[in-house]
Amino acid sequence: MNTLLEVKGLKKYFPIRAGLLGKTQGFVKAVDDVSFTVHEGETLGIVGESGCGKSTTGRSIIRLLEPTAGDVVFKGQNLTGLKGEELRKMRRDLQIVFQDPYASLNPRMTVGAILEEPLKIHGLAGTTERRQRVKDLLDIVGLTEHHYNRYPHEFSGGQRQRIGIARALITKPKLIVADEPVSALDVSIQSQILNLMKDLQEQFQLTYIFISHDLSVVRHISDRVGVMYLGRMVELAPKHELYDNPQHPYTQALLSAVPHPDPREVRERIILSGDVPSPANPPTGCAFHTRCHACMEICKTDRPELKQTTEGHWVACHLY
Amino acid sequence: MNTAKVSESIHFQQKLGEETGYLKMIWQRFFKHHMAVTGTVVFLLIVLMAVLAPWLAPMDPNRVDPVSFQSAPSAAHILGTDDVGRDVLSRLLYAARVSLSVGLGAVAIYVMIGTLIGAVAGFFGGWIDGLLMRITDIFMSFPYLMVILVLVSVMGPSLTNIIVVLGVLGWPQVARIVRGSVLQIKQMDYVKAAVALGYSAPRIVFSHILPNAFAPILVNATFGMANAIITESSLSFLGMGVQPPTASWGNMLTQAQSLTVLSSQPWMWLPSGFMIVIAVLSINFMGDGLRDAVDPKSFR
Repeated sequence: MNTLLEVKGLKKYFPIRAGLLGKTQGFVKAVDDVSFTVHEGETLGIVGESGCGKSTTGRSIIRLLEPTAGDVVFKGQNLTGLKGEELRKMRRDLQIVFQDPYASLNPRMTVGAILEEPLKIHGLAGTTERRQRVKDLLDIVGLTEHHYNRYPHEFSGGQRQRIGIARALITKPKLIVADEPVSALDVSIQSQILNLMKDLQEQFQLTYIFISHDLSVVRHISDRVGVMYLGRMVELAPKHELYDNPQHPYTQALLSAVPHPDPREVRERIILSGDVPSPANPPTGCAFHTRCHACMEICKTDRPELKQTTEGHWVACHLY
Repeated sequence: MNTAKVSESIHFQQKLGEETGYLKMIWQRFFKHHMAVTGTVVFLLIVLMAVLAPWLAPMDPNRVDPVSFQSAPSAAHILGTDDVGRDVLSRLLYAARVSLSVGLGAVAIYVMIGTLIGAVAGFFGGWIDGLLMRITDIFMSFPYLMVILVLVSVMGPSLTNIIVVLGVLGWPQVARIVRGSVLQIKQMDYVKAAVALGYSAPRIVFSHILPNAFAPILVNATFGMANAIITESSLSFLGMGVQPPTASWGNMLTQAQSLTVLSSQPWMWLPSGFMIVIAVLSINFMGDGLRDAVDPKSFR
């Protein structure tokens, strides 16, 4: 499979300013040296708990946030260096779907206006063609052309998310970063949206980076899954490999917490003690060593590299 | 309106958008506000007065009646005549034009300046924000009336100059309100989406952020109009405003500087004083109604 996107050593540090003059006191290391590749047509799931930097990673890739360091190579072109017109042109190929369907649509614009604007800005279609394309797309995402002149507040959460997906699709992008796209929806609506996203992927040869904290959702939609902890990628493997054979102690703990439909099945639950350390002052060595049941001396001093243990299975842990 | 309140109202309007149309809701709440509706009706009457002045006025407001000056209300002059024999009613009607032009003109100018400065400061942030807000602070710390007096006397008192001076000095409050709203709205996902779609900064500010910051600006503009009308009247009363023979409610009041007129010829100053109060009150009632309608905490 062809590589569509390559993320190399991505870092995003947020300065902590304090005092009268706003002197920088330190940095919140939201994303700290993350590398991975995304293949054309696949769905890469990124999971992790709140504050682990998964959203920041997604937003840094599409340049909604300026990465502090690292390269994001998309179709052979480094996105981090792009400026002005070049960047605006490239944005057409990289889109995002947001978590909150209530905050992601401009309340003052009709659905038609929201969806036509990108075509106008990028000069992708003439006036009459624009309208037709928007109507076609509304149909594709499960709405009808009667919704064209409606305002966002007239829609339900699930319908709004469909509009959000349509907006991300209208410029015919290659890659879509889906930032917790179903977390704000009812469970019944979640599956509808997930299935829609799968259908669209097939129809338009889309590549997804699917960010979520919900392990079952990620399992449903992803081809490969990356696990993040405290701004770092700790494990990255094909879906079945990761769920059946988790190697990193954090992944094991995370998966053991997923509820199982069969109550009679006795499973071992790995309980993590303590809290996630502050990303402003992460532990030395392996970021997870403060809570790890298999912690060794080396974990406290040396940061483990993400290395391949078996074909396609990457782990950042000194155990392997 | 402070920043916290603005942000609250923005959050509120976005939440309300879920249930009913925001503008529709504001309109309904405004309509239930009896004082505001009364104010609007009175204000519209004053607007009509100004627009229809040439047809309503019994005579030319500047025509001097050589036989009757300082005459009490009579059939010929319903509200009497002033000290040089001009018809008070006609002058009163024409003066409404002056007050409304000052109110609308000055507010239009300063809302534009304030919105632009506030939007740029809020959207770009960083040192641009710091610089623009310090300039705003400086403008806010001027002794308002004194600066206006000085500027008007330097530029020469005239209707246009008053509008320009009030417009150029009035923007700081609007700038602050707009900046606060923009800071808040900038964080909304639909603005992030606009960035991701490659829209230009001006497009994002003008067609995605500012339309959502409209309500607090409108409320401020309404009160600003009342203020501008008062300021024009004060200036004209002091002789630094609209110059005779052009009629303005303020310069018609000038005659009340004489004790004889004040005590025994009330028709020369009472109507114009009354009009100022009525105009300002009606606009302030409208403003109150608007503010309550967009303020989440004032459910009735």
